[in-house]
Amino acid sequence: MTPPLVSVHNLCKRFGQPPALVHAVEDVSFEVRRGEVLGLVGESGSGKSTIGRLILRALDPSEGDIAFDGLPIARISQRQMRPLRRRMQMVFQDPYASLNPRLRVRDIIGEALDAHGLAPGKARRARLATLLETVGLEAAHADRFPHEFSGGQRQRIGIARALAVEPDLIIADEPVSALDVSVQAQVLNLLQDLRRRFGLSMLFISHDLDVVELMCDRIIVLYLGRVMEIGPAEQVCRSPRHPYTQALLAASPRPDPDAPRVRRLLTGDIPSPLSPPSGCVFRTRCPLATEACARQIPPMIAAGHDHAFACIHADAVPPSALPEATGDDIR
Amino acid sequence: MSGIHPAHVLAIRGLDVRFRTEAGEVTPVRGVDLDVFAGRVTALVGESGSGKSVTSLAVIGLLPRPSGGVAAGSVAYTGKSGVTVDLARTPASAMRAYRGSEIAMIFQEPMTSLNPVLSVGEQIAEQVRLHMRLDAAAAWRRAEDMLGLVEIPDARRRAHDYPHQMSGGMRQRVMIALAMSCNPRLLIADEPTTALDVTIQAQILALIDQLRKTHGMGVLFITHNLGVVAEVADTVSVMYAGEMVERTDVRTLFRAPRHPYSQALIDCLPARAARAADGRRLIRAIPGSVATAFAAPGCRFAPRCAFRDDACEAALPDLREIGEGHVSRCRRWEALA
Repeated sequence: MTPPLVSVHNLCKRFGQPPALVHAVEDVSFEVRRGEVLGLVGESGSGKSTIGRLILRALDPSEGDIAFDGLPIARISQRQMRPLRRRMQMVFQDPYASLNPRLRVRDIIGEALDAHGLAPGKARRARLATLLETVGLEAAHADRFPHEFSGGQRQRIGIARALAVEPDLIIADEPVSALDVSVQAQVLNLLQDLRRRFGLSMLFISHDLDVVELMCDRIIVLYLGRVMEIGPAEQVCRSPRHPYTQALLAASPRPDPDAPRVRRLLTGDIPSPLSPPSGCVFRTRCPLATEACARQIPPMIAAGHDHAFACIHADAVPPSALPEATGDDIR
Repeated sequence: MSGIHPAHVLAIRGLDVRFRTEAGEVTPVRGVDLDVFAGRVTALVGESGSGKSVTSLAVIGLLPRPSGGVAAGSVAYTGKSGVTVDLARTPASAMRAYRGSEIAMIFQEPMTSLNPVLSVGEQIAEQVRLHMRLDAAAAWRRAEDMLGLVEIPDARRRAHDYPHQMSGGMRQRVMIALAMSCNPRLLIADEPTTALDVTIQAQILALIDQLRKTHGMGVLFITHNLGVVAEVADTVSVMYAGEMVERTDVRTLFRAPRHPYSQALIDCLPARAARAADGRRLIRAIPGSVATAFAAPGCRFAPRCAFRDDACEAALPDLREIGEGHVSRCRRWEALA
């Protein structure tokens, strides 16, 4: 049996030293299956970006295992990591900060090709043209500098750079958060096209539930570094089981003035990752919390095929009576 | 909308804002009409470069001087005394009396709007001493009350905290307390929740809504987020590239938009994507991006518009009333029905 493209087991990442120890990622396990888009969703401090950087080994894990295509990579050297880097590429949030302003587009993408010894010499120009056209730009754009492009076009350049080395996995960290809605739509369509065309697997990191539901096959909901719920996108968004997922969905503004506004607001702030609550990390803001929640870290409970959530009040959580969030019926 | 119109707080007519730059004069805002009523929320929606923030700066007289200024139009503000003044013709020295006491503003990033070396209580107390002429003790009590009003837990103790000791959501509550401290008649909120997490955003939106109801102030809510618009707005003005393109009540905007840009903006939301036969969920994206220089004299949306014809690029279409309280700047609005 072929292994999943990525598998992450009991992954932990802590920054600093006690007493200033930040618990960024705690005991996270999941797989990225071949050809799937897996969403990581959560608010600030949920650990979603840290997980992406751990898989890339841009950060070293504190504990736990990561396997890429069956190969354990959590503790291998950066030199051993190098050939694998070609197979996993990152698309960043800020298209203004992630492109070197002093380089022309051909050199920005060329750097990626050179790093892995791809398309040398005469093949270079043709490869650049193909890549730019793949992301909806023109071959002539290769001679320009980043400042000559709009935000959406820059994000396309960032995507072309990621695709240049023909990766198996793309880690996209908030790839459309810095873009205007009209441009965001273009880039989301492009990513869906490329995924199909090249059979890409993707780890899609975002705080926007609507975007994650649109893009992903499965979703992991994170809170303070821990997995709250994991399951098929539609199930997590339409019948969330964890009280945090339900609160997150209820808090997301829906573009329909007639959508019901009665909602239970979460009170308080996200606790500091310096001193996360004992037991269930969500209990300090959870409407269902009891004393038992402080005593044990809730195990993942299966809620049907491929769907699980971490809450000891499993039976108390009704499959949420959220109204259908399709939008098709708005007009 | 109900039969009796609430009182006007703000009525902007034909506003043009001009900036002198090294490359010549630019008009980031032209021909804007906008109304805000007491106890109601007017949302001003648009993408980057639409001119929504510049419009709000023109209202409170904070356009950069001397390069920027109101080139045409009027900004009629009806204050607490019931007297209407044209803020576009009010000298800078007189504007200072309005800011804070009559018109308050909250911004996206509370950290940069708060003074880092004063405790949050002192900042509110300073403002009410200036505008409400309270003595120091009364001003401090007012500051504590305001922090309690915006639901800061343990407000009397937190009044001594400095901004850096608070979370982003708490800082935005302090900004709102500061804005509300002199009972403004008009609150301008420029992307007040954009930097916040959604669960905190929901709290802040609920707070603004509650204060609007209890204090009866008019709110001009500037945002790019149509979900937030659906949540908070009574009426909506949509801006594109410096022009107001449509104005209507919030329900009509989402159900029967009559400007191609408004319609396209709603259609390109991820929540409205349709599922294609191959499983992709494609969004009806708007082609191209907002141009920054305009050669043609016509409609600025025309180059990206699915409904354009030659006449659209010949001259700037007028705002026309196409229904009760519904205004569109599209010549071809009937083609959208």
